[in-house]
Amino acid sequence: MDNYRRYTANKGLATLALVLLIGIVAMIALNAGSMDLNPHQVIRSIIGKGADVADIVIWQIRLPRILAAIIAGAGLSVAGCVMQNNLRNPLASPSTLGIANAAAFGANMAIIVFGAGSIRSTGADAVNISNPYSVAFSAFIWAMAAALIILLLARTRGFSPEAIVLAGVALSSLFSAGTILIQYFAQDVQVAAAVFWTFGDLGRAAWNEVLILSLIVASALIYFMLRRWDYNALDSGEETAKSLGVNVERVRLGGMMASSLITGAAVSFLGIIGFIGLVAPHMMRRVLGGDHRQLIPASALAGALLLLVSDTVARTIIAPVVLPVGAITSFFGAPLFLYLLARGYEQK
Amino acid sequence: MILTVEGLEFEYPSRPVLKDINFSIANGDFLAVLGINGAGKSTLLKCINRILQPQVGTVLIRGDDASRLSRRELAKRIGYVAQHHERTRTTVFDAVLLGRKPYIQWEASTKDMEIVQEALTTLGLDSYALRYVDELSGGERQKVVIARALAQQPQLLLLDEPTHSLDLKNQFDVSRLIKRIIKEEQLAAVVAMHDLNLAMRFANRFMLLKDGVIFAAGGFEVMTQENIESVYSLPVKIKQFGDIPVVIPA
Repeated sequence: MDNYRRYTANKGLATLALVLLIGIVAMIALNAGSMDLNPHQVIRSIIGKGADVADIVIWQIRLPRILAAIIAGAGLSVAGCVMQNNLRNPLASPSTLGIANAAAFGANMAIIVFGAGSIRSTGADAVNISNPYSVAFSAFIWAMAAALIILLLARTRGFSPEAIVLAGVALSSLFSAGTILIQYFAQDVQVAAAVFWTFGDLGRAAWNEVLILSLIVASALIYFMLRRWDYNALDSGEETAKSLGVNVERVRLGGMMASSLITGAAVSFLGIIGFIGLVAPHMMRRVLGGDHRQLIPASALAGALLLLVSDTVARTIIAPVVLPVGAITSFFGAPLFLYLLARGYEQK
Repeated sequence: MILTVEGLEFEYPSRPVLKDINFSIANGDFLAVLGINGAGKSTLLKCINRILQPQVGTVLIRGDDASRLSRRELAKRIGYVAQHHERTRTTVFDAVLLGRKPYIQWEASTKDMEIVQEALTTLGLDSYALRYVDELSGGERQKVVIARALAQQPQLLLLDEPTHSLDLKNQFDVSRLIKRIIKEEQLAAVVAMHDLNLAMRFANRFMLLKDGVIFAAGGFEVMTQENIESVYSLPVKIKQFGDIPVVIPA
């Protein structure tokens, strides 16, 4: 028993190490960018004693962007972690199940059809969303619809993990088609901007978005943590979970709803950022094992770290050009996805 | 009576599985549920535990109607071991700690951990506590899930082919263990089994299921050549080896 306590404490230390790492990368990210600032200037700005230009760069551009990376990364990662558990499918994540595309469709619909935002065609700030709540809400509704379809197929038709992902591919194409159709009837400039918008880009986040996103991710995290024992039980199989007192249907519905909410919010504010929800939880499962008491917070931290690193790379690798971060995360993620598929077939 | 089942019926949309099941067992009973594949053994266990919802009939656990108990309450009374187990990437201790799930509110208490420790000792798994479940052998994994069911501190155990895919030694080890636990903890167990000889060595009550109905049920007297032949549609002979009865296909 004492050994067990020590073992759990060690996992806690690993989690702490992740927090430290995020802090370090965040500092590096604050310093990195087209405008050269030395660490001294950065710190002066943060404590409110910086020069005007530095203040604007730090407070209005870099800080919200870094926080958006941390929060969205954490959110997408736990969403993936919970989806993998709820559907008992290692390939599940917001992007592989088509939920991210559904959210993008919902966001497009709110912006273009219902005029919740105006789209300009200028660079990084192409989309001006005048009503972020209704955009997020619409994205959530459609993300939820996609999640329900997946849940229904998994439950009533007994789809295998691979078949579920194929269903996700079908849903992705369906919603992409829907998005294209909506954009077809929008104005030319809007189309260009909307296409650009669909790529994930953290530069869009201002303080307002960061705030909303963090509220959503924080409440979802609390909910997931409340359910952590249920998720552990679910890992041992649906029937065993029921015999341990878990209301499997309710837990699944709740988990998929909360994950869809995160996905909807992240996509409507930042565009589609793929594979974070797939890569980060799997990395943590490897390192810490499958116990959701540690896996949920650790996945959140790993997702935050991963997206932060990806975004910093995207900003600096061919500076001053800023690459869409979604492309970078897919470079990490797609090979891992293939690896998981290959390993799955090996075991059979 | 620890478990009383009255008029239980269950059907899938396409076909009926269980019809008019009536039986009861008392403390210390080891009930072997026997029958060919598809006779309804697993379904019966799942209906007792409400993993499946029977259409008709009542299940009473110590006089309490199971359909009126919440899942959590039911989990405090009945430990269930499924036929197949997932190879989860968790330690043995964590896997057994899951048996405390119905009792845990926010975090596992010291008492929960002591009960887990006790269950591990009962099954001789002490030295395995921090090993990963997915690295264990079949026999060891089987003991882990039984330990988990014990950690629930149940009054009734439902075991679905607990010796399935185990070697000869482990079949006996696990069966002997189940019998010992039933006796020591004054539980009762309903065990779906395939091996007639193992059943006759360790169980004291028998239920022969055929096409979803109870063909015969009772003590050793029901394990006759005629009954076994009709249930399994196979000619058999029962021989005595000392005082051990052995069933062999004739």
